[in-house]
Formats: sequence, C-alpha cells, structure tokens
Amino acid sequence: MSVEPENRAAEPARRGDALLEVRDLRTYFKTDDGIVKAVDGVSFDVRPGQTLGVVGESGSGKSVTMMSILNLNPKPGRIQVVGDHPPGALMETFLHASKKHTSISTGTALFRGENLLQASKRRLRELRGSEISMIFQDPMTSLNPVLSIGDQLVEAVMLHRDVTSRRARELAIEGLKEVGIPRAERRIDDYPHQFSGGMRQRVMIAMALINDPALLIADEPTTALDVTTQAQILGLIRDLQSEHGTAVVLITHDLGVVAETADDIVVMYAARVAEHAPVFSLFEQPMHPYTWGLLGSLPRIDVELERLEQIRGQPPSLLRPPAGCRFRPRCPYAFDRCREELPEATPTAVDAGHLDACFLAEERKLEESRRVVAELALDVEAA
Amino acid sequence: MSDALLEVEEVTKHFPITQGIVFKHEVASVKALDGVTLTVQRGETLGIVGESGCGKSTLARVIMRLLDPTSGTVRFDGKDLTALSEREMRPYRRELQMIFQDPYASLNSRKRVGAIVGEPLEVHRIGTDAERRRRVQDLLEVVGLNPEHYNRFPHEFSGGQRQRIGIARALAVNPKLIVADEPVSALDVSVQAQILNLLKDLQAEFGLTYVFIAHDLSVVRHISDRVVVMYLGKLAELARARDLYARPRHPYTGALLSAVPIANPRLGRQRSAFVLGGDVPNPINPPSGCRFHPRCPRAQEDCAANDPPLVHHGAGHEAACFFPLEKWPLTAAEMRMEAPGGEAAEVARVAEAHAGGPT
Repeated sequence: MSVEPENRAAEPARRGDALLEVRDLRTYFKTDDGIVKAVDGVSFDVRPGQTLGVVGESGSGKSVTMMSILNLNPKPGRIQVVGDHPPGALMETFLHASKKHTSISTGTALFRGENLLQASKRRLRELRGSEISMIFQDPMTSLNPVLSIGDQLVEAVMLHRDVTSRRARELAIEGLKEVGIPRAERRIDDYPHQFSGGMRQRVMIAMALINDPALLIADEPTTALDVTTQAQILGLIRDLQSEHGTAVVLITHDLGVVAETADDIVVMYAARVAEHAPVFSLFEQPMHPYTWGLLGSLPRIDVELERLEQIRGQPPSLLRPPAGCRFRPRCPYAFDRCREELPEATPTAVDAGHLDACFLAEERKLEESRRVVAELALDVEAA
Repeated sequence: MSDALLEVEEVTKHFPITQGIVFKHEVASVKALDGVTLTVQRGETLGIVGESGCGKSTLARVIMRLLDPTSGTVRFDGKDLTALSEREMRPYRRELQMIFQDPYASLNSRKRVGAIVGEPLEVHRIGTDAERRRRVQDLLEVVGLNPEHYNRFPHEFSGGQRQRIGIARALAVNPKLIVADEPVSALDVSVQAQILNLLKDLQAEFGLTYVFIAHDLSVVRHISDRVVVMYLGKLAELARARDLYARPRHPYTGALLSAVPIANPRLGRQRSAFVLGGDVPNPINPPSGCRFHPRCPRAQEDCAANDPPLVHHGAGHEAACFFPLEKWPLTAAEMRMEAPGGEAAEVARVAEAHAGGPT
C-alpha cells in the first residue's frame, strides 16, 4: 500500500518514465533549539541516464534531501504517514515526544517503483553501492585511511556480487583504469594518503561505479578540488555516464557546474524547491525571483559586470522559517499573498516541464526574466 | 611607475625541511616562491590567482611581513620592509592590513565584536576609550552591521556578517593597503556578492589599494584591475584583467580559463574545452626549465631546459612562455600546436622571436 501524502506537489511533466520519483519529501531534525525543517515538501524526478543538477546555498536542504532518500540521516530516520494526518504536524508531534536528538523523514521516493522510504534496512543496504551509489565532497574522509584502496574496492564488489576475490580484484583494477589511474595494477595496493585530491576523487568514482549502478548521487564532488582538476573530474563523470547510461544527481552550489553538466536543474531555497526546469530554460528564462538573485550574484568569467546584483539579507533560519513564501523577506517582488500562503512548485508559462514556486503573475515574471537575462548577457551565444 | 605603493622584487621564500632532533640539518626545501616581481599601484586592485600550492598565500604573508622572505625585497611606499626590525616595522603595520579566508577561525570567539574591531586601535594607541568606541561603532556601520551589535560575540553572526567584522577590523587604523586572502571563498554566492560589492564601495570611499588573492577566476575578474597568474611559486602571466580574460598568452592561463565552468549553458557547451592533465607537481622538487612544461600541451625540448622569462606582449601584459598562445579562444588541437600546414613555421618563428627577446 503506497503512501498518500497530504500536501501533494505539482504533477511532474514527464511522469511515468522516471528512475527516481520523489514526492513531498520532508525531513525534520530535533535539536536543542527546536525542530529544524531541513527538507519541507520537496518533489522532483530523475530520469534514466540523465543528469539532474540540484543547486542551492548552504542549508538549503540539497544534501539532506538525498541523504533522506538513502536513509543516511541520524536514526530513527523515518516514520510512515498513511491516511489523513497532515504529515508536518505529525512529525512535529513525534519529534517533541522524542527525548533524543533525532530526525524523521516522510513522503515517497520511488526508485523503479519501489518506495525507498518504506524499504527495510537490509533492502537499502542491498541497493546502496549496487543500484544507487554516492560520492562526497571530501574523498579523504570517505575513504578508510587504514585499508588499501584495493581492499576497499574489492569489498565493494564482493558485498554485492557473487564473485571470487581474484575476480573482484580484476574488476577493481579495471575500474581504476577506467577512471584514469595510471599504473592501476600497482597503485591498487596503495593507501588513500598516497593519492592526490583529484586522484582520490577518481578512486571514489571507481568505487561508486564498480557495480554499475543505475543512479549516482554526487554531492559537491569537485568543491574541494582545483579548477583544472574539477574539469578533469566533471569530464570523467560525463564520459562514464554516457558509456554506462547512469543517471546522475549532481548536488552543487556552483551554477556554472550545473550549466555545463546537467540536463535538468532543481534550485532549492530554505528546504523547498524554488524552481525546477530543463537547463537551457532555467538560464534563458529563469522564472523565480531567487533564481534571478542567484544569477545576478554570480561573478562571471564570460562577461564583465560593473556591479553584482546582490540579494539583500540572509537565508532564513529553518528553526523558525518565515510565514508564507520562504523567500519573501528577501524578495523585492513580494506582495500580500506571499506572506499568507506557501507557494508550491507549479508549471509556468514557459513550458510544462518548467516549474516554479512563486505567486507573481506569469506576465510579470516573463517580463522580469527577459530583463534579467538581457542584463546578465545570459542569452549570448558563442561568436 | 612612480605611483607604485607596493613593489615586490625578486622575492623567494623557501621553507626548509629538516631532519634530526638535536642537530637539525636541512634535507630539502619547499620552494614556495621563486623570484616573484610585481608592483601594485596606488588605488588599484591587483588580483592573484592560481591553484593550491602555487604560493599565492605565501606571497600575501611575505607582503605583510608575517613571513620573512629568503631573498628579495618588499618596498612599501618606497621603504624596504624586509630591512626593518620588528620595532621599526610597527608604524607600517598600521598601513598594511589583512583580511582572511575563514571568518570562523580568524575572529577570537571569546571577545566581543567591539573589542575585536577596536583591538588595532588599542595596539597602536589611537584615541581615548570613548573615541575608540565611537570609531568602532562608525566602522560597524560602514561595513553594513548594526552598531548596536557592539557587545555581541562572533558566534552570534553568520559567515557573511563575520567577514564584515573582519573587514571593519582591517579598516580600523586607516590602512593604505589591504591584502585579502580568499576573503569570499567560504561564503555562499548571494553573500559573496554582498561582500564583493562592499569591498568595491570601501575602495571607492577610502581610496584603498587591494591585493586580492583567490582561486576563483570569475571573482578575480570581477574585482581586479590587473591580474597575476601564479604557478608553482612563479609568475606565469600578468595583465590588465580585461586583457587577461579576453586574450590570455600563457598556456596555463588558457587552460585555467577553459576549465572554469561558464554559467551560460550554450556558451559552456559550445566552447572546445581543453582539459589539462595531471596534478600540480611537488614544490620540493619542481620541474626543470619552465615549471609548467610537464603538463603543458605546447612544451618543446627548450621548455625543459630553460626557464622562460616574462616577455612583454604590449600594454603591461607579460607572460613567461616560449610558445605563447597566438589567439583566443583556441581549439584543443591549436592549443597543442598541431595545426596543419604553414602554421608550424609560424610557431617556430614565434618561438625564435622570443628566444632572442628581452630577458
């Protein structure tokens, strides 16, 4: 029996063919200061073989969203909400009752039709590392420093596949070769500290892809790396993705990275989706005031801007988020309705696959969007 | 060149690696800076970019004289700072201030904001207590903080606000030069834009001179009048910001520019990206000749044997390369100088011209 969450978000544009379908995901944490609503009603799809870029500033909930799906948040992790209970209120009741610092998630996350939020621990362990893999920002802390990378790769293979250790080692060497580690046969016995930052991230990618997953979640995979190394790693992810048909969720704060890599982009703000659109549509017809602000804040390598268009103020506290639209206190376009109602991501006038969560009149948004795009020279094509 | 505020000449900084407990002897050294020469004009912003380990932060610390250079001179307002004693240096410390990367680590968490911002005034014995207090409140207002927050602790502020506190502290003693070492790299984009705008406004208001160090080429382009590109302790290229980004000459600069993701999907996907292979080599044992040659797509025999000098390319544009880029943008093949036909001769000609060029 599937879960029917109360506040159902907008129907996605391309329903049915999604590899991962997330609906009304909520994750709340209990802390000393109160309940932090880290993810608060997030919906999106990941299609097979495609790259979904999730962008947002720190604390926007982009990482917690993916961690919730894989049940990697602190225990107990989740409760099921079935029936008429308003999920937000129920979660708060539950957390208030709990004596410990903990977190819970509700909603649905259908991976090939299976709800990951209802999956058993055992089932999730099966899926993680074989069907769904994850790479993180800092490869030094994700690799075990006291095991050789060979041991760690072999372990990843043997955990999920019925092969001999000899065969697992062969697969590990193949994997290392594929990610461009020179002299893989010898380097396989080296320890993580013997690799540079870029090489360690390559090892992480080899480990993530060794069981040929259908979905790779990359959480800020290049943030700790220098720009030339970043280009190498992003190129590598792109190549491997097209070769294996892996779907990628790329979590990043860098709009440039998603512009060059993603097919679709989700812009998150204060635990919610502000805008969700195909990449060209997002940059050429951005529809949410926060997206305009983000694009205007960005110093550019391709255009000389006299002054950056700054967003006033700071992101809100997720302990006490503002009433109505979360972006309202910083939004120059806010009006009465924004204070009273929480906007859901709904299709815009641009096209059915372009969603935004903003009450501003479509006409006004299209007009402002054209102005922002022209001012920032986002419509410039290569000479 | 008469209006230079800061002149760095042939500065080297080697950090010794020692062995032994009682009788320490040097077994090797990290060559963090190796013959860096540059000037900063009054009122301008000089951006310094490079990847980790290129020596940009060491350079900042040598300029501030937080580190003594192994050799070379740093002249500030015509005075050689490296020759001064600690005591003689003190009045100059007022003129030179620094802003750090991590606003969480660079503010004393046990002190109140008023005391943090006012400390430079106290150190240099400026004003009475009441005057200092007024000055600190003015400073807080100048950097966009509420003067009533005088008695708060750093942990009560967000990252962007803390960076504002750091800026207020740097401004307290009316410095002439501010060295900012990655001042916005720990901040989110929207907050980063606020701080960059603030730095520009303060420069216009107080006639400040900035040395702005960052690894982010877009940020450096935005804030700088001139830009220096460093690689393994040496200058690779030096030019006005506009010229450097429109028409880079050094292959390393070209590689950096084509590696930066562009926030414009059409431009980003249309350009022929040239991806540099390998990692930055170990500065303990840097490559011979041109330090970039093992990774350089254009490297020839000469590059491994000889260290290329900085060569003029007009209008304050200098690059240290025997085979500078002929145009920009370049395709990956052009970058490797694989162009067919007569262009090989062109390459040789350019190379020859530079071999005989100024040293």
